[in-house]
Amino acid sequence: MAAVHGDAHGHEHDDHHPSGIMRWVKTTNHKDIGTMYLWFSFTMFMVGGFLAMGIRAELYQPGIQILEPELFNQFTTLHGLIMVFGAIMPAFVGFANWQVPMMIGAPDMAFARMNNWSFWLLPVAATMLIGSFFVPGGAAAGGWTFYPPLSTQGGLGVDLMIFSVHVLGASSIMGSINIITTILNMRAPGMTLMKMPMFVWTWLITAYLLVLVMPVLAGVVTMLLTDRHFGTSFFNAAGGGDPVLFQHIFWFFGHPEVYIMILPAFGIVSEIIPTFSRKPLFGYSSMVYATASIAILSCVVWAHHMFTAGMPAVGQLFFMYATMLIAVPTAVKVFNWTATMWRGSMTFETPMLFSIGFIFLFVIGGFSGVICAIVPIDIQVQDTYYVIAHFHYVLVSGALFALFAGVYYWIPKWTGHMYSETLGKWHFWLSMFFFNMTFFVQHFLGLAGMPRRVPDYNLQFADFNMISSLGAFGFGLTQLLFLYLVIDCIRKGEKASQMPWDGATTLEWTHLPSPAPYHTFETPPVIK
Amino acid sequence: MRSKLVATLAGVSTLALYSSLAVGSKYNFPEPQSIIARETYDQHIALLWICLAIFIAVFGVMFYSILKHRKSVGHKAANFHHSTTVEVVWTIIPCIILVAMALPATKTIIAMKDTSSPDITIKATGYQWMWGYDYLQGEGEGISFYSKLSTPRAQIENKEPKGENYLLEVDNRVVVPVGKKVRVIITANDVLHAWSVPALGVKQDAIPGFIRDTWFTADNPGIYRGQCSELCGKDHGYMPIVVEVMAANDYAQWVAEQTKSATIKTSMHIENK
Repeated sequence: MAAVHGDAHGHEHDDHHPSGIMRWVKTTNHKDIGTMYLWFSFTMFMVGGFLAMGIRAELYQPGIQILEPELFNQFTTLHGLIMVFGAIMPAFVGFANWQVPMMIGAPDMAFARMNNWSFWLLPVAATMLIGSFFVPGGAAAGGWTFYPPLSTQGGLGVDLMIFSVHVLGASSIMGSINIITTILNMRAPGMTLMKMPMFVWTWLITAYLLVLVMPVLAGVVTMLLTDRHFGTSFFNAAGGGDPVLFQHIFWFFGHPEVYIMILPAFGIVSEIIPTFSRKPLFGYSSMVYATASIAILSCVVWAHHMFTAGMPAVGQLFFMYATMLIAVPTAVKVFNWTATMWRGSMTFETPMLFSIGFIFLFVIGGFSGVICAIVPIDIQVQDTYYVIAHFHYVLVSGALFALFAGVYYWIPKWTGHMYSETLGKWHFWLSMFFFNMTFFVQHFLGLAGMPRRVPDYNLQFADFNMISSLGAFGFGLTQLLFLYLVIDCIRKGEKASQMPWDGATTLEWTHLPSPAPYHTFETPPVIK
Repeated sequence: MRSKLVATLAGVSTLALYSSLAVGSKYNFPEPQSIIARETYDQHIALLWICLAIFIAVFGVMFYSILKHRKSVGHKAANFHHSTTVEVVWTIIPCIILVAMALPATKTIIAMKDTSSPDITIKATGYQWMWGYDYLQGEGEGISFYSKLSTPRAQIENKEPKGENYLLEVDNRVVVPVGKKVRVIITANDVLHAWSVPALGVKQDAIPGFIRDTWFTADNPGIYRGQCSELCGKDHGYMPIVVEVMAANDYAQWVAEQTKSATIKTSMHIENK
């Protein structure tokens, strides 16, 4: 997308690079790699979305219609894994690849070849994961959290899942090391840490979290693998192990993981709100501190996923208080965004709409998060649709909406073309409507006691499930509109100016033409 | 004037909606039948109101700003970007609200954990895919049975119309007396399961090789239903839990019947040998 030839912009080297397929296979260019990350994650989003449509089609009516229970469990398991590891995380890494070097005035990522390697691991892992549907016994069916002993029971599909998690983990660790090194060493002269754009800050903190917890995930899946094949008993009580040990280790990874998926989203929104309010971000330093405290707190709250596993009252109280504490920095962020908008001069292009939609719905997800933190209530809603509603409010209308906002915001810089504002607005309003139709009613299903991960349900849950399924189909179709819109923008969008948004202040807008040339900032800009 | 009216109407209708949601059991927790379930229910409603108030306050400000501070109405951007006082205030206020939320929950948690001196102790064991029950102590000691889904396969496959308790009915119910403290010891035989009865406010994972416990005291006679709440494989959706709470004399009668049929079964077993 970013292949623009010519040296009209005063770049010293020309933009020669291999063309055709080898350009993409061998590339070490952060923009090419970012593009590949984004297309890969969109493909995975479609695959995961297809699985979601299957789940919602089965749940459209009570009774078993199209998916037998075992296949249904495979669908839910792979939907979760693909969306988390294949869609959301790589999409943010794609944003980091494109934006971090441009926003800090660096020519490329610090480790360009490792960058290529960390991307090309992804299709391998994805192939193993999706391919596991076609091996004897089918894909893993123990939920995306693959708790043993159930996951010890599965067949080859579970092993493929374990290996693909290993590979995805390796890719994430390399990506994060690259991002940390780039941010700490390659900032333009004068750009002190406290002058970095918020998006860069959130990614720096996220990358540290990833380096901290990804090895823990790799460890726990390895323990599971040796339990399955090499006679160890880490999680098997008959051999002196403990199934709950798995949950502790998994969630020590898993809780920071949810912040890994939301902190860069905070970063994107923190870039967009000031731009379209034409006003600087309110409380920049408190935003940085809030992000850091969320990251630190996220490492000491893992057992709130396990309140029904049974632990001493003191344990439950500690994890409840720690979890509730996260609401404070999160609230500070929301207040800061509101204060940024306050007395601004706002316009409402698609990126701004998605950002406001993000804040609005993320706050609902935050409220249900606080409600889930209260142990007695959590025990009632644990493993019900309430939890499903909660985490889709933070991951779909949180992370995904922020990703959409980011794509609309930066696509003029990436492609040199404007997207269609009309279609963008349609995409926003349809997504907003169908998202709430799908997930809001799931709160009620959960409160009334419908368990998650079941292919069939009592008649009292029938009408809400039908509404939810119809909403999900609508949401799925709406995303095809997004695909059309992006292709349309790349192929025949109107030409974008260097600064299509009045209020933008970061380097990629102030210093670089649209589209950004293949090589940028070979001579670093000077920040005053 | 008109916008004020619209805002008021919107506010009132939201409140009305939320209150109506709180009443219908379809939109809320089932009618609580134990002290723990009651406390949980009340805390949840209180939290909903607090969240709603915060929601209206925050988004009231944001939407006012969206309406008034837009470029299309000619609003010029101010240039302020921090205020330590404001930031300190809006950090402290959430802390206070959280403390208010945590206090009642803390009391309930401590009460939930107190499984001491029960009147009856029942062991529930999760199997793929049914529950086994053993009455270990108190009136009914020695009773033991399995409890399986009794919904016919034909209903699941859409060949027969589905009944009212579709997927929530079992062949043998757990029977307990009303007003007595029942301690449930929970474990599993193969994989994780979870024993859950929402109306009684209990949910506890069943962990193979380990024992966990919980308790309830049912307020009223009746039949309370729940489902396995931890993914346990293919038929996870088909292992419900049904607790029947009986008056003391009915319970005594049930115990007598169970003990008698158990004796018959045992003697038949001996004769067969």
